[in-house]
Amino acid sequence: MTAPRASLPTPAHDSRSWGEIGLEKRHSNERRIGILLIAASAVSILTTVGIVAVLVFESIGFFAEVSVWEFLTGTRWTPLFESKSFGVLPLLMGSLLVASGAALVALPIGLASAIYLSEYAQDGVRRVLKPVLEVLAGIPTVVYGYFALLYVTPLLRTVWPNADIFNAASACIVMGIMIVPLVSSLSEDAMSAVPRSLREGAYALGATRFEVATRTVVPAALSGIIASFLLAISRAIGETMIVTIAAGATPQMTLNPLRSVQTMTAYIAQTSMGELPHGTVEYRTIFAVGLTLFCVTLLVNMVSGVVLRRYREVYE
Amino acid sequence: MTEPVKDAVAVPAAPTPRTNGRPATQFVRPTFAGLQRPSNGSINADESNSAPHPAAQRDPSRFAPRVAQRRFIASAFAALCLVATLIGVVVLAALLIDIFRDGASRLSWSMITGFPSRFADRAGIGPALAGSAWVLALTALFAFPLGVGTAIWLEEYAPNNRWRRLIEMNIANLAGVPSIVYGILGLALFVRVMSLGRSLMAAALTLALLILPVIIIASQEAIKAVPRTIRLGAYALGATRWETIKHQILPVALPGIMTGTILALSRAIGEAAPVILVGALGFVAFIPTNPSDQYTVLPFQIFNWVSRPQTAFHEVAAAASIVLLALLLSMSAIAIWLRNKYTRRS
Repeated sequence: MTAPRASLPTPAHDSRSWGEIGLEKRHSNERRIGILLIAASAVSILTTVGIVAVLVFESIGFFAEVSVWEFLTGTRWTPLFESKSFGVLPLLMGSLLVASGAALVALPIGLASAIYLSEYAQDGVRRVLKPVLEVLAGIPTVVYGYFALLYVTPLLRTVWPNADIFNAASACIVMGIMIVPLVSSLSEDAMSAVPRSLREGAYALGATRFEVATRTVVPAALSGIIASFLLAISRAIGETMIVTIAAGATPQMTLNPLRSVQTMTAYIAQTSMGELPHGTVEYRTIFAVGLTLFCVTLLVNMVSGVVLRRYREVYE
Repeated sequence: MTEPVKDAVAVPAAPTPRTNGRPATQFVRPTFAGLQRPSNGSINADESNSAPHPAAQRDPSRFAPRVAQRRFIASAFAALCLVATLIGVVVLAALLIDIFRDGASRLSWSMITGFPSRFADRAGIGPALAGSAWVLALTALFAFPLGVGTAIWLEEYAPNNRWRRLIEMNIANLAGVPSIVYGILGLALFVRVMSLGRSLMAAALTLALLILPVIIIASQEAIKAVPRTIRLGAYALGATRWETIKHQILPVALPGIMTGTILALSRAIGEAAPVILVGALGFVAFIPTNPSDQYTVLPFQIFNWVSRPQTAFHEVAAAASIVLLALLLSMSAIAIWLRNKYTRRS
């Protein structure tokens, strides 16, 4: 602490010692800083409060006109049509279809990548592959959307010519690739935390690398791996641009990935681009769907947190 | 392959209940199961209760290491994992090649500085680039002090109480909220309630909230990594808490904080979903000059062009994507450079 001394008053006209000089000022300064920092940390709480308040407040307006029952169980979503229908199930189905498709792509690839990186790859290889996967995670979703619509979709349509131009499958594939780095890096972290002694014990019993990886390391890291799966799925449910660009805008209940679907996120994005008059029920659908989306992702994230905390194997 | 493992586990467990056929009378165990059923008076009675481990029944001569088969499975699995890892690499390559093939021919200085146009061959990304630069600067201005301040409070000031745990849990949850939900918050709070309208300010505030958790978590990690001895040394010299933080902890933690912040900011300028809600425009024919101006940003401009049916606009979108990727890549490069410099020093 030599720097602040220059700004302290000289002790010549003061009977106090060096140590006492400016002490009050320094302490009041200390209090001010403390208050400022608490205020900064309150912003994160206020953000959550703001999100929940905004979603709930506008949704209350929405549910004053549309019954909760109709919203949750209706199978037709046509809020912008002449004959309005507010059943959120088609959007929810769309989101779940795309997210499960993406999970189907991402979970095996991500887990296998994690096993490779943590159990097989030599240091040199890992130093190359990990940054590449990180780049994959850093590509803007709108660029992924471009790739899905203008590269993957034509490719799919050469195999299945009757696929829609906007289809769930291309969004699933590209979104799956997008969340691979999330699965692989989190799973790899979990596997790296498994102590070496466990692996060596298995090797000493004559296990092969495959057996060590699948019967020792993966079970030991299972909580982390499942948590990474859930986080990836929640990310897929909340992802917007890929589905807005490539999956279409047709809210329908279908399990056929070659059809066009609309997800909750795509509905919010596509609807908010048009000029919706503030305060109408159409405007409020954004918030009702947003609230549903928020609840679904929060639920998945919380389950992931519980898995991580409750089922973690702790090693010394 | 589990066989040898199971055998190995079973060996120490198996002999304990068996007592080599000694008479049961030698046992003084009041609640012993065998005493309740003294049918033959031997210890075998309680063995009939719990089935012996399958490994204990197995004929030891049947142990089959199947080494060749297992080695084959192991190498096949290794190859499979390598292929899976390479899928990511291959798709990344395909994506980059596709974008460059579509967009490289449209990439030019006049395209980078030009204004959008109804005609694809004249469309440029000038306003979008300027908008992204504005958003980048403003977002950093809001998010950096708030994020670092929160991290300092959590790491250095907060007592380990319920309030702190609440904030930490809250930050973890905020990090998982979809970006479009932040857009909804921005639409209702900044665009409507604070009536900032479709302005750069509204977009920057929204994105600042979006990346706040990322900055906080990265800064916390950086502050945690500062050795405790530095703190103790400063306190021993009579420094107050803030003086210790300002002169000792922050200088050491700063590279880590900067790395996290830059990565978070690169996420912010790559986001399109929240700015759709807070009112980015698809056609902005001027360079924004102050925070209350209407705006567009690069990802939104790309989205706007991709959504059009004409192939010519797709080419401009690809060219704009190249610019965006270059921008993000250089930001990551700075972050990685900072990280390497930092790790080498400590």
